[in-house]
Amino acid sequence: MATVNAPVPADPRMDTRIEEETGASTPVSPKRGGLGGSVWWRHALGILALMWALFPILFIYSAATNPSGTLNTASLWPSGFSTKNFTDLFNDSSRPFWTWYKNSMIISFVGALGAVFLGACAAFAFSRLRFKGRRGGMMFLLLTTFFPALLAIVATYIIFAAIGDVLPALGLNTVTGLILAYLGGALGANVWLLKGYFDTVPRELDEAAIVDGASHARIFFTMTLRLVMPILVTVFMLVFVGLYGEFMLASVFLTDVDNQTLGVGLYGMTLGNDANTLFGRFTAGALLGSIPVMLLYLAFQRQLVGGLTTGSVK
Amino acid sequence: MTKPLALAIKWVLIVATLAGILWIATKLAQAGNTMAVVIAGLVGMGILAVYSTRRSVPLKYLVPGLLFMILFQLWPVLYTASLSTTNYGDGHLYSKEESVTDIIAQSVREVPGTPRYKMSVAIAEGGDPVTADLVLLLTKPDGSTYVGDKSGLKPLPASGVEKTSIGKITKAPGYTVLTARQANARSKDLSAIAVPTSDGGGIKPVGLSEAFEGKATVTYDASADKLTDAGTTPPTVYAPKDAKWVNVADPTQSFPQGWKENIGLANYSRIFTDSTIRSGFLSIFIWNIAFAILSVLTTFLLGMLIALLFNDPRLRGKAIYRSLLILPYALPGFVTALVWKGMFNQDYGIINQTLNISVDWLGTPAGAKAAILITNLWLGFPYMFIVCTGALQSIPQDVREAATIDGANAFRTLRSIIMPLLLVAVGPLLLASFAFNFNNFGLIYLLTKGGPFNGADTSIGSSDLLITYAFRLAFSGSAPNYGFAAAVSVIIFLLVALMSIPGFRRTKALEEVN
Repeated sequence: MATVNAPVPADPRMDTRIEEETGASTPVSPKRGGLGGSVWWRHALGILALMWALFPILFIYSAATNPSGTLNTASLWPSGFSTKNFTDLFNDSSRPFWTWYKNSMIISFVGALGAVFLGACAAFAFSRLRFKGRRGGMMFLLLTTFFPALLAIVATYIIFAAIGDVLPALGLNTVTGLILAYLGGALGANVWLLKGYFDTVPRELDEAAIVDGASHARIFFTMTLRLVMPILVTVFMLVFVGLYGEFMLASVFLTDVDNQTLGVGLYGMTLGNDANTLFGRFTAGALLGSIPVMLLYLAFQRQLVGGLTTGSVK
Repeated sequence: MTKPLALAIKWVLIVATLAGILWIATKLAQAGNTMAVVIAGLVGMGILAVYSTRRSVPLKYLVPGLLFMILFQLWPVLYTASLSTTNYGDGHLYSKEESVTDIIAQSVREVPGTPRYKMSVAIAEGGDPVTADLVLLLTKPDGSTYVGDKSGLKPLPASGVEKTSIGKITKAPGYTVLTARQANARSKDLSAIAVPTSDGGGIKPVGLSEAFEGKATVTYDASADKLTDAGTTPPTVYAPKDAKWVNVADPTQSFPQGWKENIGLANYSRIFTDSTIRSGFLSIFIWNIAFAILSVLTTFLLGMLIALLFNDPRLRGKAIYRSLLILPYALPGFVTALVWKGMFNQDYGIINQTLNISVDWLGTPAGAKAAILITNLWLGFPYMFIVCTGALQSIPQDVREAATIDGANAFRTLRSIIMPLLLVAVGPLLLASFAFNFNNFGLIYLLTKGGPFNGADTSIGSSDLLITYAFRLAFSGSAPNYGFAAAVSVIIFLLVALMSIPGFRRTKALEEVN
């Protein structure tokens, strides 16, 4: 959903502005009433907030390095360091952890790349070209974001079962089929994000290129795409993270253990009677599985903060 | 890039796409799906028209995304609506004709004294031995070979076929013969196979390497639209009722093979008239709304408080705080939900251990709901924290100074100045968050699966959302009911539409399209 007062989505310039406003250079305002001039209580409450935010993550680490590797022996504080859970996880032939990892990576990477390409093409048309139904098209895309694709999951399932009867490589229980299903939702919010940024690239550049005899395709592929690279990276990341954590469609599509994603595979480890004994291995897998997304978040914090304030994610 | 090169790339892409569509169309034609072939042809011509002419430049950029959107987003939505008026589901998967053929083939009994076939269990080449449809490779006592499946018996050309000394086929072009172990693993599917033959009988497997040909005891009278089973004395007559073949003399008896048919709005009226479903649906709906509102409220309050806490220019180390506070949001959703599920475990979970309590979090309705809200609070507050931080920084400093000069204390400034400005800025995001949580399938499914369930009724869980309820109807039960699940999905669609109209109207985004 696009917002009323939020700045242009994920515009890096906005983040610099935030940094400036919060930076040490901001003049300290005169001492106000209330709780006095000291900030120690803010730190105290801040540390409380950190404890709330971090204790489950500490628990994941403790459970993953817990030598016994069961749920009932897991504790909040690390009770010794052991890599047993990790080696157990890697050597479990019935649960091919690295295959899941690879599947998750392929699905998220290809899906995000496809979504960025389809979205950038559509955003170029909406931002740069004038045609009948342009406004209506944008409104329609906004409307589709209100209805998550998972509502139509029963029909999607049946459709892909039918596709699989004719083209087994694209049907249920295939990574390609799942990527295709994800690409169905590639437009929508992404186009809004992209178009907002495309609009900030001066049209005069296009016009100059047209005068020089460049075709629309040449302008798009060799000029516009380079100028909007920051938003392409941001959208790629948002889609990547979204697909990486997607569970519903993946769990319905991927039934074979060798085709599953991390989410579906790890979920299987928390079911039934084995859940207690497998808990250490599960947390070891969860820890490793979280690393790519966590790194992305920390590395692209600025873009994300900008992107988040437009409300187009989660 | 030179112009001829670009042109060459363009035409290579066009030809490759068209070749792909042609390949798909041939596959569809082989499967006998005329309608799909026509659609594939139209798509191909459309692509050629858009990309080979200069007529419509915008379409060149819109077609790729639109194609995926129509195929995998809009079509499923329309298909959901059409499914919701059918009884499609367990026991109603095929057409009426197929149900008749299947019932007759299943009723085959061996005629004493008839010769048996040698049989190998196989699948079409390239299929998955665990899931692919089974076919039977058969050898008659005279040595002639056949291939049989649900649609009938066809001769198998002898060239390339290898047989053992007793005549069992070990290799046939186009098929993969399953090993005894693989075939044994499919014994349930194997026992359901009956190959119909032209004279009204059928061929059924006996064990893993033999099959018999027998006569069907059930006959179909097309003019009267009745099935008669001569295998009982006296013969039993079955007539169609509610998309099933029901015993005329004893209506409690029926064949398991029903058929798919249009039942109009019966699925919808069932939601509102069947008392169990109606009360269950109502309680799910109330919890669904409460969950979405409480999730937004709690995450927003905590996020806002933390944002206010750090909204002091003198505070150092804000970047570190922010990086660490964002971590819950950075974990993949499935990890969060599954780890909290472990932490909420009544006997071993660290929450009960650390607090020294013994709450049955996931086993009681109230506990499960509390657990869900706590988990979602942890998961969602970083988002609200970031959003509020951004919004707070966009409030000009002079507004606050003006309030201070007017004599407002810190609390008064917060209540009368900052809060209203903040809410204007984040209001649409709160609506979006509500809409997201309204259908927050992943959290509920991974944490509680909608449970705990009330006694014997396993269809309606006490922490179910509408979306998890519909999901269970379609995929989790022993008897999936796709039609009914689709009807519930359509109702969720309508509810979301009703609730988002006010937000959609207020969004100025529409006017921003220039």
